[in-house]
Amino acid sequence: MAVKTFDEMRSGANGAVRPPYEGVARWLETTSAERLAATRAEVDLFYRRHGITFGAYGAAEGSETTIPFDIIPRVLAWDEWEYLHKGLVQRVRALNAFLADAYNEREICRAGVIPEAQILMNAEFVSMAQGLKLPGGVHAHIAGIDLVRVGEKNFYVLEDNVRTPSGVSYVLENREVMMRLAPELFSAMRVLPVADYTEELLSTLRSVSFSDDAEPNVVLLTPGHYNSAYFEHAFLADEMGIELAKGSDLFVDEGRVYMRTPRGPQRVDVIYRRVDDAFLDPLAMRPDSYLGVAGLLGALRAGRVNIVNALGNGVADDKSTYTYVPEMVRFYLGEEPILQNVPTYRGDRPDDLKYILEHMPELVVKEVHGSGGKGMLVGPTSSRKEIEEFAQLVKARPDNYIAQPTLALSTCPTFVSQGVAPRHVDLRPFVLSGRKITIVPGGLTRVALKEGSLVVNSSQGGGTKDTWVLAPDAATAD
Amino acid sequence: MLSSTAKNLYWMGRYLQRAKTTARLIEATQRMALQSRGKEAEAVVAIFGMEDEFRHALAHNNAQRQGGPGRKQLSDLVDFLAFDENNPSSIVSSISSARRNAREERNNITVDVWESLNGLWLELNAKLKGTRTGVDRGALIESVKKQAVMIFGAAQVTLLRDEAYNFLQLGAFLERADNTARILDVKYHRLMPDGSPHAENLDYFAWSEVLACIGAVRTYRRIFRSSLDPMKIAELMMLRRDVPRSVHHCLWMVDLSMRELADTYGTHGEADRLAGELHARLRYARIDQVFEIGLHKFLGGLRDDIATLSDEIGRQFLLD
Repeated sequence: MAVKTFDEMRSGANGAVRPPYEGVARWLETTSAERLAATRAEVDLFYRRHGITFGAYGAAEGSETTIPFDIIPRVLAWDEWEYLHKGLVQRVRALNAFLADAYNEREICRAGVIPEAQILMNAEFVSMAQGLKLPGGVHAHIAGIDLVRVGEKNFYVLEDNVRTPSGVSYVLENREVMMRLAPELFSAMRVLPVADYTEELLSTLRSVSFSDDAEPNVVLLTPGHYNSAYFEHAFLADEMGIELAKGSDLFVDEGRVYMRTPRGPQRVDVIYRRVDDAFLDPLAMRPDSYLGVAGLLGALRAGRVNIVNALGNGVADDKSTYTYVPEMVRFYLGEEPILQNVPTYRGDRPDDLKYILEHMPELVVKEVHGSGGKGMLVGPTSSRKEIEEFAQLVKARPDNYIAQPTLALSTCPTFVSQGVAPRHVDLRPFVLSGRKITIVPGGLTRVALKEGSLVVNSSQGGGTKDTWVLAPDAATAD
Repeated sequence: MLSSTAKNLYWMGRYLQRAKTTARLIEATQRMALQSRGKEAEAVVAIFGMEDEFRHALAHNNAQRQGGPGRKQLSDLVDFLAFDENNPSSIVSSISSARRNAREERNNITVDVWESLNGLWLELNAKLKGTRTGVDRGALIESVKKQAVMIFGAAQVTLLRDEAYNFLQLGAFLERADNTARILDVKYHRLMPDGSPHAENLDYFAWSEVLACIGAVRTYRRIFRSSLDPMKIAELMMLRRDVPRSVHHCLWMVDLSMRELADTYGTHGEADRLAGELHARLRYARIDQVFEIGLHKFLGGLRDDIATLSDEIGRQFLLD
């Protein structure tokens, strides 16, 4: 690629190691290759025994694989995190204001900032959610905002995830593993802890109950153990000490939701659901769903149970709404956006479409509703034939695609079969919104393990890294 | 706690216990065969009530073999009981089922319990993948036995003593009570077809293997300090409260767990009554009276009532 890639360890002034990475660089220099390899083998065993597994879509039923964990941490200095933190809080506040507005008066459309069709014609719009007044006005209680870095000061938001973002269990487990494997690194550097995430998550969930019960009953609703993220569901329920329920464990009676227990029905106040909108309630949504609870939406509309994240959040995080987020920040908050979007061309705008079709070899083209690294084309790494085929798809349904310039994602040192080499990374911090907004320092760093690859998704062979935010007094030593 | 959690833990206890019993039974049978005691294989499949299934598996194996039927019956039996995935009671199937139950309840069991069970499952899967030639079956069965003990041990020392724990206990002890009753019933019937506990020319090896099925040869010596006597063996396996695999001990534990649950929930039902009645029946039985009724009849009634108790537990706690 023509653009120079920013390496988070090596791209210091005059090719020096950047200050936040000094501890890691020293560790890599003083640890033998054999020791690193042995450590890595230990990691794989640990993950397998723990059953921290991930069933990739399309893999044989019951097959379980672990997501590769890279033992070299990704490090952010305090001031870098402080900046990201401010930008994330701002962005998620705007997204929540937008969602509350989109399902009520739609002031933003009346003001001419976003066309009403962008909301109402969106496949993710849920008409049953129209007019809902949710506790605290919060719709996106748990948001995963995907960030990429291209330079010392340049971060971009690649994508917002406000439906059921996953991956936070890896943040917590990766830290556990790292502390076990390299305690010497932690004593040399002051790393901010992440273990309080589940505590914050539970208080966030409790804070958005409709009832004023001091201890509202919260459950986690999972599609079951065949779901690829089941490990995470069980992990979070365990850490929070709440029930891990399937649809068949819950029922609605007289407009209230109950769970079945050996002592009889117990009332449920808040449901942290990891089931998609379409499957939540067979009476209101897909009638063939076995994953949901009949009558759930009625209970929600009656203000008897809150569902987290809210229904219909997809209108805020698909790739065509994404282009409007900076405008949302200005409209709802009256502020200039701190975090920038990647410049995006929209297939539904004739000028943009022309540009996309003419420049496909240098662009990344994505389906508006695609996820998991599928339904996309990375121009620079695709053959002419692949590009031509994709161009036909775009021409057939231009409004279903957006395109962005291919970014030179930053790289971090990563342990691969040839030794330590730079690999591209992104970052997904998890933002919790209830009565207040909290973000545990860092987030999930995903790394593309194939040389030169820009696709970090775990379903496409990506791995993860422990992400460190250094304490303020440990930042930039000189 | 959810009813589905109670159900999973109950069945996890049952499957784990079943795997453990089977492993022990296979070892005892192999030892017995080494001392050339005839057709032990048939007695073992009878314990599981799987005569037809085994005959089917055997016919299949014989058809595959060049040398014709006969000689390999014992190793066929071991494969059928231990490693046949089509046999729902085999060790492999039981461990897979227990692991499936545990996986659904990852959040309700401790890391120690999960890791030890998952570790056993991974080991079995790795060893039994592809061609099984060269797999040391004896070592694998030994390993199942040892690790099953470790899993129950991990449960003992790490689990919170709450409802979930009581359901796990219920499953394990109900299964164990049933297993011991079955072993005693079938073995006794083979060695003493007329049901009388008195016989000339006692087959010492055969009777010591009956005790070995529940790992109680030395226990017998400690308790009775006498030579093997069929009636005493039956007494030990059924009525001794201090023998951890005796039917009495297991039903005592079942009753205790039921009482704990009744305290927690403040409810009483048919399952509570039946558990108490079964416990009392074993507690106040006398071995000579049991033989007056007829051992086979007594054990038959016991097994039926254990099955009914399992159904009633399901009904009472909404496990179905």
